[in-house]
Amino acid sequence: MFESKQVIVLGERDGVAGPAIAACVVSAGGHVAYTSTECFV
Amino acid sequence: MPVPVMSATSAVLAHVPGLCRHGSKPSRELPKNPEVQAAFLGSLRTFEQGVAYGPHQAFIGAVHPRDLPQRPWVGPAPNGEGRFAGVGEIMPEEEFLGLLAAVDDFDLVRLGAAEAGAIGERLARHPLAEHLDLEKVAAAADNAEAVAAEPGALTLHLGADHVAAAVRRAHESDAALTADVFLENLAGKASATLALLRVLHDNGIDPGSIDYVIGSGEEAIGDRYQRGGGNLGKSVAAAAGCVNASGCDVKNFCAAPIPALVIASSLVAAGVFTRVAVIAGGSLPKLGMKFQGHLKHDLPVLEDVLGASALIVEADDGRSPRVRLDSVGKHPVAAGSSNPKIMEALVFAPLDRLGMASTDVDDYATELHNPEITEPQGSGNVPERNYKTIAALAMRRGDIGREDMSAFVEQRGMPGFAPTQGHIASALCYVPHARERLMEGGARRVQLIAKGSLFLGRMSEQSDGMSVLLESNDQAEG
Repeated sequence: MFESKQVIVLGERDGVAGPAIAACVVSAGGHVAYTSTECFV
Repeated sequence: MPVPVMSATSAVLAHVPGLCRHGSKPSRELPKNPEVQAAFLGSLRTFEQGVAYGPHQAFIGAVHPRDLPQRPWVGPAPNGEGRFAGVGEIMPEEEFLGLLAAVDDFDLVRLGAAEAGAIGERLARHPLAEHLDLEKVAAAADNAEAVAAEPGALTLHLGADHVAAAVRRAHESDAALTADVFLENLAGKASATLALLRVLHDNGIDPGSIDYVIGSGEEAIGDRYQRGGGNLGKSVAAAAGCVNASGCDVKNFCAAPIPALVIASSLVAAGVFTRVAVIAGGSLPKLGMKFQGHLKHDLPVLEDVLGASALIVEADDGRSPRVRLDSVGKHPVAAGSSNPKIMEALVFAPLDRLGMASTDVDDYATELHNPEITEPQGSGNVPERNYKTIAALAMRRGDIGREDMSAFVEQRGMPGFAPTQGHIASALCYVPHARERLMEGGARRVQLIAKGSLFLGRMSEQSDGMSVLLESNDQAEG
């Protein structure tokens, strides 16, 4: 579902970390342009 | 081998609405928009409102967080709440400006002449006055507006618009010693010093008996060659009169106080030191951090306090809660960064090792950020999220049934009550309550659980954390 897509990944500390989302994006055929995990508290 | 116990604790707040504009977020956002700045300055709380705020009373130990009324907590008129209560106090900003000057070894904080006199008089009536350097406060009297106009200086206000003081830069070209960085560090030092003075003098502990002071706050004290060089621990020891102490800082983002407690307890258990203090000062950059959400919801600027804590670890006195070093939980590299994995590592792996069920722990102290502060900005209810995760994992292990999950959260968790000061909210804020409940029979065991977002430093994608059990002294074998 992400073929030929450039994806910006923002993970959340208490939710899903950036690298985990990025791995899903890659496995779905996307290209990860940027990955970060942030803390919102 | 000596068994380490937590023999004393303190928790203090400095209510500093005038300093909120120097928080990281406000300092970046307010200059962009005069209307937002006006709304911000018009939404600062009075000292009376700050003292009356239920979570603040819970923070200083005057009320257990589970005994707080239903939300909303903001709004009710003051009802006799005191600034001195529990194991600490809430200090007004006039006095805190004086405290900044009192612990400023380099005379960079300059108070307005009239303010210096008034602040000196107020601090002279403070219960800890004899331990404060009031001569430095008097000597800080100056022309604040003239100092503020100097290159690189910062203006300090009382409330919205009263220019009361100024801070000079600590170096003319070192980015690690600009006035704003210096103020951050000094605010951490001042608030931690207040917490250490309180824990010493409220408990009759001779400052000269402290061997070591471990700083666990968030500020990276240093210069351009060592931006995180430290050592706020020893700086605070000196300011509090702990003349026989040395010290160091433990850094681990918000998680640092729990590793600091474990290290302090290990030093006592190993016989290296007899009496160790762990301190944590307030985080000025986090003042007003979520002000946009608060203004959007017609709330006052709720992040208007600096929180600070201190605790003493020493050998078993036969009454104080024990720090169980065999219960330390760590978050290993291989565990990953998902919240359930972190909780498995920090909460359940230590219990498995000790042959305990999750129901053998009466209180879980996790990240206890006040949801009234976090929800308006869209950050959700952090403690509730953590407690639901712990309860779900407890159910999966078979410790409790599915129908028991709500009761587990309600009875072994608690509402968040800490100001969003990172390390202060990360279990440390519950330590005074834990100690009281463990000593008065309300609880047998309390697990302190801290997490730190070390990925924010861009050196790793990892997060980290540590946990440890406190246990009532009469639970000990033999």
